[in-house]
Amino acid sequence: MMQSPSPTSSTVADSDSDKPVAPAHAAPVETTPATGDEHSFDAPLSIHDMTVAYHRKPVLWDVDLDLPEGRLIAIVGPNGAGKSTLIKAVLDLVPMVSGRVLVYGKPYRRQRALVGYVPQRESVDWDFPVSALDVVTMGSYRKIGWLRPVTRKWRDLAMESLHRVGMADYAHRQISQLSGGQQQRVFLARALVQQARIYFMDEPFAGVDAATEKMIIRTLQDLRNQGQTVVVVHHDLQTVPEYFDHVILLNMRVVAHGPVKSVFTAENLQKTYGGRLTLLDEAAEALRRAGGK
Amino acid sequence: MLWTSFDTWIVVLGALSAMACALLGNFLVLRRMSMMGDAISHAVLPGLAVAFLVTDSRASLPMFVGAVIVGIITALLVQFLSRFGKVDEGASMGVVFTTLFALGLILIRRAADQVDLDVNCVLYGDLNYAAAAMVRIGPFRVPEAAVILGIVLTINLLFVVLFFKELRISSFDPELATTQGFNAGALHYVLMTLVAVTAVASFDVIGNILVVAMMVAPAAAAHLLTDRLGSMVVVSLIIAAISAAIGHVGATIVPQYLGFSGTSSAGAMAAATGLIFIAAVLFGPRRGVTSRMWHRLQLSLRIAQEDLLSGLYRQEERGVAKVPASGAPSLTQWLVRRRLLQQEAIERVDGHFALTPRGRKVASRLLRSHRLWETYLVDQAALRADQTHKTAEQLEHLTDAALQQRLALDIATPTHDPQGKMIPPE
Repeated sequence: MMQSPSPTSSTVADSDSDKPVAPAHAAPVETTPATGDEHSFDAPLSIHDMTVAYHRKPVLWDVDLDLPEGRLIAIVGPNGAGKSTLIKAVLDLVPMVSGRVLVYGKPYRRQRALVGYVPQRESVDWDFPVSALDVVTMGSYRKIGWLRPVTRKWRDLAMESLHRVGMADYAHRQISQLSGGQQQRVFLARALVQQARIYFMDEPFAGVDAATEKMIIRTLQDLRNQGQTVVVVHHDLQTVPEYFDHVILLNMRVVAHGPVKSVFTAENLQKTYGGRLTLLDEAAEALRRAGGK
Repeated sequence: MLWTSFDTWIVVLGALSAMACALLGNFLVLRRMSMMGDAISHAVLPGLAVAFLVTDSRASLPMFVGAVIVGIITALLVQFLSRFGKVDEGASMGVVFTTLFALGLILIRRAADQVDLDVNCVLYGDLNYAAAAMVRIGPFRVPEAAVILGIVLTINLLFVVLFFKELRISSFDPELATTQGFNAGALHYVLMTLVAVTAVASFDVIGNILVVAMMVAPAAAAHLLTDRLGSMVVVSLIIAAISAAIGHVGATIVPQYLGFSGTSSAGAMAAATGLIFIAAVLFGPRRGVTSRMWHRLQLSLRIAQEDLLSGLYRQEERGVAKVPASGAPSLTQWLVRRRLLQQEAIERVDGHFALTPRGRKVASRLLRSHRLWETYLVDQAALRADQTHKTAEQLEHLTDAALQQRLALDIATPTHDPQGKMIPPE
């Protein structure tokens, strides 16, 4: 299993060349369908008629999606549009009222190995007594299995992953001693050790510094170039065309989805954000003026 | 007073139950559900009462089973109320356990006519009785409670050691645990079951109050003192055991020396663990109050030192080379001068302080930062030249070599500041 050469992964390959790190299609053999041809027709993720409700109030209505493979995909929409809920419903973290989710043609529960997840940074307690390395190792727990201890091999793998996101020097820091950007990098490293084929990331750019944002998007592009599919809940409309290939415009329903070029239009954004976008525009304009530039 | 084997058994019993409680307490504290221990250990009362009324005996096993079942029901009810009643989890615990405890009281009252099932015993336990009720195990005679608590502690230890990885991930990030195929919910209920088992096994020895204290205080103190889960668990066990020993000594021996009669050992054990927790808050190495005060003191001393150095440097620029060494300095001044003399940054020259070459080097670096900042603030932040001194005064202490370099690159005239004073070269 050779890695495609890329600037960030080459350093890792050098340090330990016979151990593949997040190789393209690292899927364990048992999870590939019996007929090898069939799987190329299965989308990384297909959602049929998904409806999700909290306390009987619908949050997502009739979501139908088929995501293409090997793309960087943004989910955008106003607050309360159900962006995080969509991801959580796919991952079985919130119950669906109705609908069906298939990951590479099979129910998610049978395909956990193929799916990586980066929750929102605020969703965990950063005072928790663990080191950055401990957190990254958690990405391997499924492979380690119940009751088996975390051995050297898994720590080495986590270390390589930290190296890849430029955090090797911080491996033994307790996580509360890291900045917001560094914490997000640790989460990214944890996703990388999962060696998944489709990743879901909930606002990986929230509250990070500019250098980290660049680093994260470069890593995501590397994953994409290796054939993985990356789905990102994203807030900054400005950077959507620059960062992403595909976009899902969401506001309780899927307003539009497809390649950024054809779907990310003023008209569709207007539909997604309703009257709110004009206010956003004004706010952005006010911000620019206040900045003096 | 003599220390007898009876005292030893009291400490052993206290330590065993305290450690059993503290072990599970780590995960309650980390999951921010410390009060769950409180809730479950109180709510088991109706389970005891019903088991007694049904089986009409005080045999341990049915009572035990009844209490554990009610303990688990408590955990379920709390979850149910907070999820479907949209109530905050703390409030839902409060409602559930007080209601169940009250129900238990009523049931015991009804049963009390027939037999002595004592509510006081539930709240305070009876260490003296437990330490005296011996059974024979092989060649040894040990208190029955020690056997039971030993088994419970062993079960808890096995649970934590075997499921360490699973407990860590499901406490830190339950969602990730679930996506990894570890059923965080199942682990939660196993934990709650063990909390109920531990509470029931402990309360007639050390009482409900101490159970609650030991489930929270040792783990909370250990959390302040450590930054890895493994060391937190170990430290919490040590704190629990030490609290038991200190508590008994404090309750029996110390008061007698002072001319009082002994007091409740279990109560003193709870007080001891509380004191250890307070000590951890005050003296914890990183998060402790005193260590933070110490760091702040160090910082303000450093700033005062640097201010003296740059002051001397400015005077040299103006031709007044010295600061008089006479007069009574304030404590801070005295400390600052003493440290600078020790570092050979300043020296005494006929009754005055003057910079040594070493001190001058430090001072010129500070002045450079200061004047670079003044220039930068005028250039880039459009401040008036006379507004910049205060800000630059603060920033100079926080500017390292790398930042200094970037500052020099960012301004137009890296040789003179807005007032025309020379910026010392590197």
